[in-house]
Amino acid sequence: MAGKVVKGDLDSRIFNFINMSLLLIFTFIIIIPIWNVLVSSFSSGRSLAEGGFVFWPQEFSMENYRAVFRDETIWQAFFISVAKTVIGAGTHVLFCAMVAYAYSKQNLRGRKLYSALGIITLFFSGGMIPTYLLIKSLGLLNSFWVYIIPALFSFFDVIILMNFFRNVPKSLEDSAKIDGAGDWRIFWSIYLPLSKPALATIALFNGVGQWNDFITTKLYVTDQALYPLQMKIYEIIVQSQTNTMQNIGGSVVIETTARGVQLATIVITTLPIILIYPLLQRHFISGMMLGAVKE
Amino acid sequence: MGKNNVEIKEKRPLGPRFKRFFKDFKNQWELQSMIIPGLIFMIIFSYIPMYGLLIAFKQYTALDTFSTAPWVGLKNFQIIMTDKFFWEAMVNTVAISLMKLAIGFIAPIILAIMIYELHDGPIKRFMQTISYLPHFLSWIVLGGMLITWFSTTGLLNQTLMAVGLMDNPQNYLLDAGKYWWIATLSDIWKEVGWGTILYLAVMSKIDPTYYEAAKIDGASRLKQIWHITIPSMKYIINLNLILAVSGIFGSNFDQTLVLMNTQNQEKAEVLSTYVYRIGMTQGDFSYATAVGLGMSIVSLILLVGAHKVTKRLNEGQSVL
Repeated sequence: MAGKVVKGDLDSRIFNFINMSLLLIFTFIIIIPIWNVLVSSFSSGRSLAEGGFVFWPQEFSMENYRAVFRDETIWQAFFISVAKTVIGAGTHVLFCAMVAYAYSKQNLRGRKLYSALGIITLFFSGGMIPTYLLIKSLGLLNSFWVYIIPALFSFFDVIILMNFFRNVPKSLEDSAKIDGAGDWRIFWSIYLPLSKPALATIALFNGVGQWNDFITTKLYVTDQALYPLQMKIYEIIVQSQTNTMQNIGGSVVIETTARGVQLATIVITTLPIILIYPLLQRHFISGMMLGAVKE
Repeated sequence: MGKNNVEIKEKRPLGPRFKRFFKDFKNQWELQSMIIPGLIFMIIFSYIPMYGLLIAFKQYTALDTFSTAPWVGLKNFQIIMTDKFFWEAMVNTVAISLMKLAIGFIAPIILAIMIYELHDGPIKRFMQTISYLPHFLSWIVLGGMLITWFSTTGLLNQTLMAVGLMDNPQNYLLDAGKYWWIATLSDIWKEVGWGTILYLAVMSKIDPTYYEAAKIDGASRLKQIWHITIPSMKYIINLNLILAVSGIFGSNFDQTLVLMNTQNQEKAEVLSTYVYRIGMTQGDFSYATAVGLGMSIVSLILLVGAHKVTKRLNEGQSVL
C-alpha cells in the first residue's frame, strides 16, 4: 500500500484535495461532540443553562465533579466496575484458553459433537426470559458472580484462540511429551506463554465489554451496592429525563444541574477506556483479523 | 477366546468401537478434563435456556413452576397476531434496522476507501485512531452525550442557530418523528470507523501493480476504485451483508433503553425492549418468550436466506 499514490496529474490532485477535505470534516464530526461533552462537564450550571459555548467553558467550574464525588456510592460503583472488569476478563480468557487447547487437538475424542454443540450456540439462544429464569434458579440474582460466571465462556473466542494455538510449533510439545509432561502442563507452560498476544487481545476486548456492560445489571441486579458505573449513569439519565418531562416549558435549572452531574459521571466512566486506548489499538486490528478472516 | 471375540463382533458391531472410544477417552483424560467444563457451561447457559423456550407454549406466571404451568399450545402466538403494541415495535425494529442497513452498511466501505486513498503517514494514522474511538463508548455513555447534544441548550441547537438555520431551540429527543433518524445516525457515528478495519485490512493486500497498470492505461482514480478496489473486497462485503441482514430483528436493546422516553416511545420501542417490558416489567414470561422466540426464528431464516442469495450471486461459492 505504501507509496501507491504519488503526486500525479491534475485529476489526481483534485481527487486528493476533495478526499482530504471530506475526511477532515468527518474527523471534526467525531471529535467536536466528544470535546463538547468534556468542556460541558467543566462548566457551571448557569452556563450550561445559557448555552453559548462549544469549544471552551464560559465559566470554568469543578462543581459537577464535586457533586459526583459527594455521592459516596460512586466509589463503590467504581470498585464494582473495576472488579468485574478485571476478574471477568481474567477468568474468561483462561477458561476459553483451556477449552480451546483441548479443542485444537484433532485427535480429541468427541470433537465433532463438541463442535456441533458449540456452533449451535453461535446462531441460536434461549433469549432474554428463559435465561433470566435460569439465572434466577441458579441463585445468581443480586450476586456479584452474575457478572462473572455467565460471561466465562464464549465459543467464538474459543475458535479464535484455537486458530492461534494451531500455529504453536508442534516440536515444542513433542519434546515436552518425551520428558513426560501431560496436557495440563503443556498448556500451562508452553501454550499460554507463547500465546500472550492472542490472550491479551481477547482479554482487552472482554474487559471493554465488561466495563461498558449495563444490561447484566439491568436484568439481574436490583441491589444498589452491586451497581457498576454504567448503571449509575443510566440512573442519572432516567432521573434527569423524568425531570425534563416535568419541567417542559418550566425551569431549566434542575435539568441542567442534573445534566452537569451526568456529564461529569460520563467523563469519569470513559476516562479508563481512553487511557488504555493506545494499548487497545495496538491489539484490536490483529484481533479482528484473527477472528474474521480465514485464509 | 479368539472365536468368542469374533462372535461378539458379529452380534454387536458397535461394541468394540465403543470400547475403543472409552479407552481413547480414558487415555486422553487430561484433554477431556479441559473441554468438559466448556461442555457443561454450554449445557447450563445455552441449552437449558433453549429448553426453557418451551414456556412460550405454556401459561407461565410467577405462581407456577416450569413443570406445573399448563400447556396452552399456540395461544401466545395467536395473541401476537392481534397485539397492536407488538406490531408497532415490529415496524420500528424493521424500519430502524433497514435505515441502519441502507446507510450504515455503505458508509464504512466508502470511509475505508477514502482512508485507503490517503498517503501513508501521521495524518492517516490520526484519522484512523479518531474514527475507531466512538466504538469503545458504551451506549449508556453515548446516550447521555446525545441527550446533552440534543437538548435545548446543547451543541446541535446552538450550531443550527448560529448558522441561522433555526430560530427556536427544540429538544430533538422529545420529538417522536425524529427518533428513527436519531437512532440511525447515532449508531453510524459510533460504528462507522470501526467498520472500516476489516475493509482496510483486505485492501492492504491488493497487489499495487494493478493500480500501476490501470494508471498506464489512463484510468482515473475513481475508475481505479470502481474496477480494482471494490471488486477486491467482494468476499468481505458479502460476509458483512449476510451478518447485517440476519441482525435486522436483533439488537438495538441498549441504545433504545437509553434514548427512549415517554414522548418518543411509539417510534422508539423495538422488539427487544418490548420483550423486556412484557417479561421483566409486567411478568408475563410466556408471552414475552413467544415474542422472543419468533424474533430468533425469523433472524435465523434471514441468515440462511441471505446466505443462499449471496451464494447464488457468487456462482455457488459460500462465504460462511
